[in-house]
Amino acid sequence: MADLIYLIPLFPLAGVVINGILMRGRGEKLIGTIGSLTVFASFVASALAFRELIQLDPEARIMTNVVFPWISSGALQIPIAFQFDPLSAVMCLTVSGVAFLIHVYSIGYMHGEYGYRRYFTYLNLFVFAMLMLVLGNNFVVMFVGWEGVGLCSYLLIGYWYEKKSASDAGKKAFIVNRIGDFGFLLAMFLIFWHFGSLEFEGVKAQVAGQHGSAVITVATLLLFLGATGKSAQIPLYMWLPDAMEGPTPVSALIHAATMVTAGVYMVARTNFLFALAPVSMGVVATVGAITAFYAATIGFAQNDIKRVLAYSTISQLGYMFLAVGVGAFAAGIFHLMTHAFFKALLFMAAGSVMHALAGELDMRKMGGLRSKMPATFLTFFLATLAISGIPGLSGFFSKDEILWTAFSNTRGHLLLYAIGLVTAGMTAFYMFRAVFMTFFGKPRDEHLFEHAHESPKVMTIPLWILAFLAIVGGYVGVPKILGGMNRFEHFLHPVFAQGNHVIEASAAHAAHHSHSIELGLMALSVIVALIGIAAAYFMYMKKPESPARFAERFPVLYKTVYNKYYWDEWNDALVVRPVKWSSTNFLWGFFDNILIDGSVNGVAWLARWFGGQFRKLQSGYVFTYALSILVGAVVIFGAVFWFIGL
Amino acid sequence: MIPMHHYLIVSLILFTVGVLGVLVRRNAIVIFMSIELMLNAVNLAFVAVSKQLHQMDGQIFVFFIMAVAAAEAAIGLAIVVAFYRNKRSVDVEKINVMKW
Repeated sequence: MADLIYLIPLFPLAGVVINGILMRGRGEKLIGTIGSLTVFASFVASALAFRELIQLDPEARIMTNVVFPWISSGALQIPIAFQFDPLSAVMCLTVSGVAFLIHVYSIGYMHGEYGYRRYFTYLNLFVFAMLMLVLGNNFVVMFVGWEGVGLCSYLLIGYWYEKKSASDAGKKAFIVNRIGDFGFLLAMFLIFWHFGSLEFEGVKAQVAGQHGSAVITVATLLLFLGATGKSAQIPLYMWLPDAMEGPTPVSALIHAATMVTAGVYMVARTNFLFALAPVSMGVVATVGAITAFYAATIGFAQNDIKRVLAYSTISQLGYMFLAVGVGAFAAGIFHLMTHAFFKALLFMAAGSVMHALAGELDMRKMGGLRSKMPATFLTFFLATLAISGIPGLSGFFSKDEILWTAFSNTRGHLLLYAIGLVTAGMTAFYMFRAVFMTFFGKPRDEHLFEHAHESPKVMTIPLWILAFLAIVGGYVGVPKILGGMNRFEHFLHPVFAQGNHVIEASAAHAAHHSHSIELGLMALSVIVALIGIAAAYFMYMKKPESPARFAERFPVLYKTVYNKYYWDEWNDALVVRPVKWSSTNFLWGFFDNILIDGSVNGVAWLARWFGGQFRKLQSGYVFTYALSILVGAVVIFGAVFWFIGL
Repeated sequence: MIPMHHYLIVSLILFTVGVLGVLVRRNAIVIFMSIELMLNAVNLAFVAVSKQLHQMDGQIFVFFIMAVAAAEAAIGLAIVVAFYRNKRSVDVEKINVMKW
């Protein structure tokens, strides 16, 4: 199986070729089935590889598959090679599994859409790129996947390209991503320059004794910049809410479960580098915590159900970065996995609601849908419980792990924990706000309510499967304190061993290990979640006029949050306009028009001028010719005699 | 005996006069005369040096030059005749058709 790892990304690529080229004019069912089957084949291949992986000795769990030498230029040797270790196993299974469910769901959701084939082609292309990203054994292959998912994100967000807002959103996503990619590239250059290798294992072997190195700090900060672009953290998050213009399954797959997690994966993959740069890890954790809090506040006031989920994603990604920033890499990946389950479910259920209400997104027009759409309601509700961190569901275990490590790890901090805790309460609040506004209470728009209906089985069955995973997915990571064995962390241990070792060795003080504190914090987070739920219940069920009254009492605060802190407007004024001005006036007006065009035209002008001068020799005047013969003869003879030495 | 350098100086003067004649004069026939003058100046130089070095090579080469000069004069004068038939003049300044 180790030699067949390349099959995992190959199946979706085959799907791209088949659907893109061979399936012109074929029926929806065939296209959708092919698209889904290729991803399922990837999932099966990942599972088989996983089975083989666990048979290996835990310390040596890494299977490498070199496909062919790609770049071979002196010291720079970059093969297309894949590496299957516990981390890639988790990612592959999550990506291909969730992607498969979303493909099946899309068969129903995209029914009747013009461009059905294009959709499935791009979706398969995305899965291919994502699998390349998580399987690559060197930075360059990862970067290929990284760019590929960015491209597919653009293609799929702008799926309805004739709608200006959609195509704008696609461009915004790609351009903001590119800024991050710039950081990633610079980091790659630095790493190659410093370590002489771009392979993960190769760099890992050379990190001895480099703690606190300036080069590594800069490189990791640049890597994190790339991660903020891809995973929508401050300062490069603004593309994600706009990305909701794309079809809902796209939002579920790309902007919830997989692409946006690429940044977290990248930090986890390069944990040995981040461990050497405490400054960078501090930055990662702080940015993660602040983003989590910030995005949660915006989620309070959004009326578009997908926007709420988008900000929720940004917030949860903040949690993941908080985790890897304090050195709890396994916890971050754990939350990545559980989040993939419940967030994809939330999006797909929201899509189901939209499907029933003929595309309506505004929660103010919803209400009371639980009687009309029981399956959608139940699954959405379960996912909301999970994301709020209610005990027994997967979100509880992963979120709690993050909060505990933020509090207790050597690189953790009380303040980070506090922000995380408050955000957890806020998460519960805004998610339940969404649930109450959509499914409970009286329907606010009778006409829409009339036509609401439950979605077809092809859409609801994936919802149930994901709901099941959202419930049980956490049980692989039950912490010791609650009697579990935390298999998840053990499984991932060899990947993070080096990073953890460096962190422990450089610790200024020992980590807290008190059991009672851990249990106390766990209880505290549950209480906070319940407070959030109660507040939402009070404001949206018991006294539905509360939100409007609140907005009246605090108009400035409400307006600011409702308008997303005017981030896009600030960004436009501070960044976009100056860049556009300097590009138009300076780069285009001066450099391009005057300098470059001037030089090229100038060369032509010079050639004409010389030609003009030489033309004057052809005067037709014989004496001039005779004189030039004489002068030439004298010069030649003079030169000859000179050099002979006469 | 007359020292060699006297002969060479005379040859040089003759050659210079010939060059000036080619450059300055307008009449095609006079230009030819100047060319012949140049060739003869060179002949003089050859003979003088040959006498000095007591070798016959120089004087043999003079014969070559004379033969070539004759042939060249024949051709050149034929061209001048053709030229006269076109322009009714032997003034070289009248050759100005192929200018820019």
